[in-house]
Amino acid sequence: MTGSTAGGLPAEPGSRTGSGAGNDRPTAADAVADAHRREWAFVLAATARVAGDLDLAEECVQDAYVSALQAWSDQGVPRNPGAWLTTTARRRAIDLLRRDTTLRRKLPLLVEPGAPEPDDPGGAEEGSGVIPDDRLRLIFTCCHPALAREAQVALTLRLVCGLSTAEIAQAFLVSEPTMAARVTRAKKKISAARIAYRVPESAELPDRLDAVLTVVHLLYTTGHTAPVGGRLVRDDLVDRAVGLARMLRLLMPDESEVRGLLALLLLTDARRATRCAPDGRLLLLEEQDRSQWDRPAINEGTALVREALRGGRPGRFALQAAIAAVHARAPAYRDTDWRQILRLYDLLGRAWTSPVVALNRAVALAMAEGPEAGLAAIGDLERDGRLAGYQYLPAAKADLLRRLGRADEAAQAYRCALGLTANQPERDFLTRRLAEVTGG
Amino acid sequence: MAEYLILINEDESAYASASPDVLQEVMEAHNRFAKQVEETGGSIVSGRALQPTSTATSVRGDVVTDGPFAETKEALGGFYLVEARDLDHALEIAKLCPARFGGVEVRPIMVFDGM
Repeated sequence: MTGSTAGGLPAEPGSRTGSGAGNDRPTAADAVADAHRREWAFVLAATARVAGDLDLAEECVQDAYVSALQAWSDQGVPRNPGAWLTTTARRRAIDLLRRDTTLRRKLPLLVEPGAPEPDDPGGAEEGSGVIPDDRLRLIFTCCHPALAREAQVALTLRLVCGLSTAEIAQAFLVSEPTMAARVTRAKKKISAARIAYRVPESAELPDRLDAVLTVVHLLYTTGHTAPVGGRLVRDDLVDRAVGLARMLRLLMPDESEVRGLLALLLLTDARRATRCAPDGRLLLLEEQDRSQWDRPAINEGTALVREALRGGRPGRFALQAAIAAVHARAPAYRDTDWRQILRLYDLLGRAWTSPVVALNRAVALAMAEGPEAGLAAIGDLERDGRLAGYQYLPAAKADLLRRLGRADEAAQAYRCALGLTANQPERDFLTRRLAEVTGG
Repeated sequence: MAEYLILINEDESAYASASPDVLQEVMEAHNRFAKQVEETGGSIVSGRALQPTSTATSVRGDVVTDGPFAETKEALGGFYLVEARDLDHALEIAKLCPARFGGVEVRPIMVFDGM
């Protein structure tokens, strides 16, 4: 099963651009590709419930997409492709379970409560044409804290986004067999340890939701600054992360941290096109062409931040989004309200005690009160030691030293940052700055 | 319901040097634990405390040697076999399990065909 890949379908996500403009009707292949991108999570989540097994569910959903290609060519694209695919995949699962009882796992996926039995295909929900939306169960299962973070990320991309093992392996720079083993191990743990297929109860929801949001945010940041390689941004991962955040917002409209995460991603992503010069050179916030920032994304993100900050103590995603909103609001870099940003960092530091937050606060402090103040805060962080090996600490320190005219110390810090950085545009940037301070 | 083994891994030296009061507290905590498990809707199938690793004897093939397989700061000091609905329930129980000088590990019991 691990060998079959969603990527093998003609449903390659994103391949649909441009269709429809000249055509009156989308082709079956386009419709299947579109349904793969939009409906995968819904179809798989609903199928897992009757299949009682994630592998079997995946297999049946793959089959359903393959049959759709033929059926939609012959009979036209159905009005509700997601429902068509779900019904097809679920019937397939029920058929297989009837025909081959060995498929009935002795440790079935623990679905509760009120799920129909696999041998009850005429259950009320199918008869009435209403298929329950199990996407939240699926994503909370993928991001269960008993699974390692890397397994949570891999499962989310595989089961919720429908990416193939090869695509996920490529995104995280590991071999395909390694990624396949990681996914298989995680699925085995879900069934053997009986991780239930359900949305957590309200008492545990904040912690469990935080794990889900962390996974989505991690996907975004991995795409935002690819850890290795020639390109700064990996668009596919960034788009997947924004898509997941939108899905969560739809499914949990009242959770302020879900709003906060979507806002943060939108506001950060609004700058995507301006983060690199045409030659691939990294552009800092102060160098970016603000007229090219994505205004609709900024407006949507800003509105979400306002909602997220209303009522209750704002969480870490809402506060990070609020900081991004202050940047987005400034007509020019010199107009940035650093005092406001510093206040928000103070709140963020209380909501989330992370040395990375403290480093960013130090940078804001330098902007609000001068480089010396920032440098002192960075010195505290160096002594703290938790950020040893984090390239942005020496990079931030180097920049403050450069602004103070302390060229030798700045050069030393730039060299230290270069020793820790693998992303090529970031390396180029640091090398340029090093040459500046050494007069090279 | 499914069975899980809760393995209690603790620092043995902390027990060796603990005052009688502390040991008394630990005993009381374990007595309370049994009741707390019932309150969560789970149950304890069995539970035992082990003698320290200094009393362990390892056997590998025919070779008998003094001591545990591996010397570690934290060692298995006892266990509970519990019944729980699912992993979340087992973890809820595990969080209640006394282990002031270390922590616990939760392992699902394997179910074999035909059992």
